Amino acid sequence: MPELLDRPDQFDEDAEMSAAVLPAVPPSLDPATETDERAARRTLLDQIARLEGDLAQLFCTTFPREGFDWVVASPRGGPRVLPLAELERVRDALASRLAENRLQLDRRALVEERNRGRIEHMLLAPEQHKWALISNEDIGEPGCKHWHVRPRYGVLGMFLNWWRVRISSGCPLAGGRGRWP
Amino acid sequence: MSALDLEPRPGWVAPDLAAELPGLELLQVTVAARARRSPRGVRQRLWALSSRFNGARAIAMRREPVPAAYRAFFRQIGLDPDETRTPAEAAAVERLRAGGFRSRGLPDDAALVATVETGIATLVLDADRIEGDVGLRLANRRERLGGDEGPVLDHGQVLLADAVRPLGTLFGDLVDGLAIDRSTERMVLIAVRVRGVPRVIAEEALWLAAGVLTTEG
Repeated sequence: MPELLDRPDQFDEDAEMSAAVLPAVPPSLDPATETDERAARRTLLDQIARLEGDLAQLFCTTFPREGFDWVVASPRGGPRVLPLAELERVRDALASRLAENRLQLDRRALVEERNRGRIEHMLLAPEQHKWALISNEDIGEPGCKHWHVRPRYGVLGMFLNWWRVRISSGCPLAGGRGRWP
Repeated sequence: MSALDLEPRPGWVAPDLAAELPGLELLQVTVAARARRSPRGVRQRLWALSSRFNGARAIAMRREPVPAAYRAFFRQIGLDPDETRTPAEAAAVERLRAGGFRSRGLPDDAALVATVETGIATLVLDADRIEGDVGLRLANRRERLGGDEGPVLDHGQVLLADAVRPLGTLFGDLVDGLAIDRSTERMVLIAVRVRGVPRVIAEEALWLAAGVLTTEG
C-alpha cells in the first residue's frame, strides 16, 4: 500500500493528537492497606504440620536404626507467631531433612535386604560362609540376636569342614521397677 | 461433687492470635483442693502407668494423633520439639530416665496423670492468685514478664495471661508467685488444646486431673 507509506507526516500528527487526548498515567502509589499474608501463612502452617507428621512417621519407621540426623533448624525466641519468611525457612528445613533421611533409609534398606538374603544362604550352606556374623542391627531389627557361622566341634569341625549357624538367644532381661507402692 | 460434674469452661484467646493459629484453645476448671502428699491410690496409679509406658511406646508416641498435633504446633510457633519437648514427650523421657513415674505430690501428680493418659498439656495454678479467667494473647511491645524487673518479652510471643498481667509464655516458665503451696485452697486446672486435638480429649484431661486432685486418702 504505497499511499499509506507515502504519508508519514499525517501519521505523526494522529499520534500526537492521541497523546494529547489520553489522560496521563497516574504515578504509582503505595497500597493504602497492607497485603494480607494470612492465606499464605495458613498454607505454610498446614505444610509444616504435614511435613512434621511425615518426619515423625519416618522417625518411627527407621527405629531402631541409628545414624540418622533428625535435627531441624528452628527459629529462636518461641513461642511466637512467626513471620512469613521464618515459616518458609522452617518448611524448607523440614522438607530437606525429610528428603535426606528418606534417601538414607532407602540405601540402608537395600543393604539390609542383602543381609537377609545372606542369612538364608548361610543357613542353607554354612560351609560357604565361614565365620560370617550378621546381627539384628544389620537387618534393621531391634534386639541383640545374631547369626554366626561356626565350626561344629571346634577345631575338628574346621578340619572336617563341618559348619553350622549359631543363633544367639537375644538381649539380657531388663531389671524391675522396684516394689509395689 | 465428682470430677465429671465439673464443666470445663473455655478461656479467652485474643482475636489476633486466634486468627493466626486457628484451633488453639484453652479449657479450664476450678477445683477446691490443697497441696498434699499423693494418696496411696494415686501412687499406685503412677506405678501402673509406668508399666504401660516403655521405650517402644515412647518411640511410637510420635505417631499418635495428640502428641503429633503438639509436635506440629511447636514447629508452627518456633519451638523445636526435640529441644523444648511437648508435655507428653517430656513425661515419656522422664519416665525412661527415672525408670518410672515418680510421685511428686498433688497437684503435680494430677497434671502428670492427665498428660500421660491423654497427651494434653495440663497445668495447675493457684486460683486465688489469678485475676479473672486465664487466656492466651500475644505480647505487646516492650512488655515485661513478672513486673518491671522481669525479662522483656519479644513482640508477638504467645503468652498465658489473666485479666491484668502475663502469667508466662505458652509451654514455658511461669512467673514467680503462681506456684501451689500450703496456703492454696483452690486450684485452676488448665488444658491447652491445639489444632487437630478433639475438644473432648482436652475435657477428659481436666476431668482426670480433677479426679486425681479430689482423691481421698
